[in-house]
Amino acid sequence: MSLLRGFLQFAENVGYQVRLLIAVLARLGHVGKRRMQIASQLYGAGNKVLHVALLVSFVMGMVISLQTGLVLAEYGQQDQIGTVVAITMAREMGPFITAIILAATVASAMAAELGTMSVSDELAALEVLSVDRTSYLTMPRVLAMAVMAPLLTIFSDAVGIVGGAFVARSQLGVGITLYYDTAIEALQAPAAMIALPKDVYGGLLKALVFGVTIAVIACATGLRTRGGALGVGNATRNAVRDSIIAIIVTDYFLNWLFYQS
Amino acid sequence: MSLDAITRGPHELPPDVCIRYIDLHKAFGKKKVLTGLTLDVRRGEALVLMGPSGTGKSVTLRHAIGLMKPDSGQVIVEGFDMGKIRPAELFELRKHMGYLFQEGALINWLSVAENIALPLIENSNMTRDEIDERVHAKLKLVHLPDVWDEMPSEISGGMKKRVGLARALITEPEIIMYDEPNAGLDPEISGAINHLMREVSETLGITSLIITHLVSCVRAVADRVVMLDEGKVIVDLPPEEFLASDHPRLVRFLGTDPD
Repeated sequence: MSLLRGFLQFAENVGYQVRLLIAVLARLGHVGKRRMQIASQLYGAGNKVLHVALLVSFVMGMVISLQTGLVLAEYGQQDQIGTVVAITMAREMGPFITAIILAATVASAMAAELGTMSVSDELAALEVLSVDRTSYLTMPRVLAMAVMAPLLTIFSDAVGIVGGAFVARSQLGVGITLYYDTAIEALQAPAAMIALPKDVYGGLLKALVFGVTIAVIACATGLRTRGGALGVGNATRNAVRDSIIAIIVTDYFLNWLFYQS
Repeated sequence: MSLDAITRGPHELPPDVCIRYIDLHKAFGKKKVLTGLTLDVRRGEALVLMGPSGTGKSVTLRHAIGLMKPDSGQVIVEGFDMGKIRPAELFELRKHMGYLFQEGALINWLSVAENIALPLIENSNMTRDEIDERVHAKLKLVHLPDVWDEMPSEISGGMKKRVGLARALITEPEIIMYDEPNAGLDPEISGAINHLMREVSETLGITSLIITHLVSCVRAVADRVVMLDEGKVIVDLPPEEFLASDHPRLVRFLGTDPD
């Protein structure tokens, strides 16, 4: 019985998130009117996350380089380490790391902020004042994440590749020029429809989907917060948890779409 | 759009009635809050709702402004059935109603002036100068002319309520609702809020619905007082008769009033 109730609750939550996303898309024409809120959200998302994303991506590039480099070295293939690091960062780790960091920092902040507004009647006040809450609160947050997630991913990809180069040179004895040549060559695989390497645009498209997913889940959770400070705490935790689960599930289907189907 | 222009719902009310509750029921889970509330709110009057905590006073107010839907029964506001009103109609209707929340509910990242101006910025074609002029007038009305650039976190609880009142009045509504405007205030500030509510009611002719636990508020503001108990109206009298009533539930309730 509780399993059924849990499933119904899950389905209801997903339904609300889908409706919220549709409502946001219907309000994209309000971008001009909401430019100040969007700018503020862009600054908040970028400012809170950039230094963390750069640090984690740099170290992740080092780890990928070391782990795969040691195996490749057993077969005398360590010269290919640039290829491995570049593709891994562009396809998977860049967007994934960025999304996880956004979920942990920005999604939690969004859910807490909107949750606090909910329990302190500020959301009800906006409704009573005939202010369109989706246009005023949700659309700027979703749009900012849709822009900021791919932007941060570009930085993560680049810094991860640099981190990999550092290990390749210092611990695997691979020349910097060779590393970067193989990395750049790997990212220039021809694309079917878009004049960008598939691994690059695939990764950026994933980042965009992750950004939108995180923002919609965080806003939906925050907007439906009830129960004072405890409710805000629960909303924050649920927003981070649900965002991370959604990122991982979405990641699988996007990989299947881009690289297998 | 004027209120007259949008008042064309099928639910006709007598001309002197602007809100009618008909056998309203509302429950939250197993807890029944309203159990058949029936009440008329007359145009231009200051109606005070009293009653023990948890007896449905705020829920009654929230139904009238469309923040809640009835489980059964009807709430008719200016001809519109609030249980069936379309979003666009509700959006328009609310432009003619004001609501003062218990804690003010000011948007915390906007300054005092921005909070008050918000409904006009969002929903009117007024110029910035016209909006600023009206914000000045409303701040003066609530006796807070010098807090223009203050943030909500920088002002006291009483000031927040007065700013909330200025915001509720900025669209010059025909109906205003106050959810415990005196709660948590010292007697001096509470008296000032009472004076303001009376001023708004008398000088602007606005219909006022006020939730309070304080007899001082009844004395200062009310044209009519209704007491709710267990989700129903049990007393409905002018203030003098209300305070003199020997209704046992009312006597027990007022006997605990610190006033």
